[in-house]
Amino acid sequence: MIRWTLLLIGGLLLGGLVHLSTIIALPRAATQDAYSRLSEIAPVNKAVHLPEPTPQKTLMPYMDPAFAEAVCRYDLNRGPLKISVPISLAYTSVSFYTDHDIAYYAINDRAAGRHTIALELMTAEQHNDMPQDENITAADRLIVEAPSPSGLIVFRALAPEPGMMATAQAVVGNAKCEPAAVPAASQ
Amino acid sequence: MRLLLGTLFALIVAAAVGLGTTYFALSRGASFGGLTIGRWTAWPKNGTPDIDPYARATIARNGRLPLALGDGLTFLARSDENGTALDGRCEVVLSGMTPSARFWTLTLYNGEGGLVANSVHRYGFTSEEIVRHTDGSFDIVIAPRASPGNWLPTGGIERYVLAMRFYDTAVGVSTKEGREVPMPSLQTRRCPS
Repeated sequence: MIRWTLLLIGGLLLGGLVHLSTIIALPRAATQDAYSRLSEIAPVNKAVHLPEPTPQKTLMPYMDPAFAEAVCRYDLNRGPLKISVPISLAYTSVSFYTDHDIAYYAINDRAAGRHTIALELMTAEQHNDMPQDENITAADRLIVEAPSPSGLIVFRALAPEPGMMATAQAVVGNAKCEPAAVPAASQ
Repeated sequence: MRLLLGTLFALIVAAAVGLGTTYFALSRGASFGGLTIGRWTAWPKNGTPDIDPYARATIARNGRLPLALGDGLTFLARSDENGTALDGRCEVVLSGMTPSARFWTLTLYNGEGGLVANSVHRYGFTSEEIVRHTDGSFDIVIAPRASPGNWLPTGGIERYVLAMRFYDTAVGVSTKEGREVPMPSLQTRRCPS
């Protein structure tokens, strides 16, 4: 009897370990997560429209139907990227995710000001490699450091009423996500 | 033989307990650090790198992309003030005030996070669309049949989830429950019996 009780306790403890390890391993093993779903429609380093959610089909669950969205699946191994999107009349934002769907940065039109949200995305290493003098002139440039070389950028524009969806779509349709020019050092 | 039997027993217990609790946690969407106001719950940390392992596993499994906290915050509600599950065959009234934000949106989803088909193709409201009372408060009638004022159709489905998203808001990780953050109430008014 004691023997079986001990085995039961051992089994329960081991079960706890199984539970924790599956929870931690799951995000790495997932094949239906947002990044995988978007990889099927989004080419690398290019902003593309996301299809609007409809009752028949939604690319990801819980998408906000009041927003027009575009996505850029980035790969910084080929160098930093320049990101920009014009600002709509209502609300425009740019959010950054790792390749494991973790949001690490977001900016909206109010924080960005002017007529466009413009920033540069690079890895910490690429940021460190920037020439010193360029770093000084870069003071007015918005630089975002990516925690991993690949991930997602989501451009979102609000249509405050359904009639303004076309305008919002046009705004995110103008989103740019392209390799940054050769460093200014060559000028 | 007894050793083999015993080991097998312990391993079966481990697998059943481990996988069972994982399945349970993920299907219930277990997560820490929820901010609950009335019937609404938000998980501000899910939009940051501090997201907990349970929420990470849940979003990896269901394919959601959480709203980044710098963008906005999502509150979900599945039941009314009395704790009754939201029923699309009934008339539910959402009324009151919202936390301050530049914009908000309200969306009705089915249990899987999909939109619900209806005759007027309306899936939600934005803060700019609704008709308000003079004091800034508002009512939204969530019902299967058309209703005057702000009507959000349910398509008659049995269970639904409401999502209220606040964009460009100060509500976030440091927000304490029940302090200066009003969320609208949900009252089931009429239910066909």
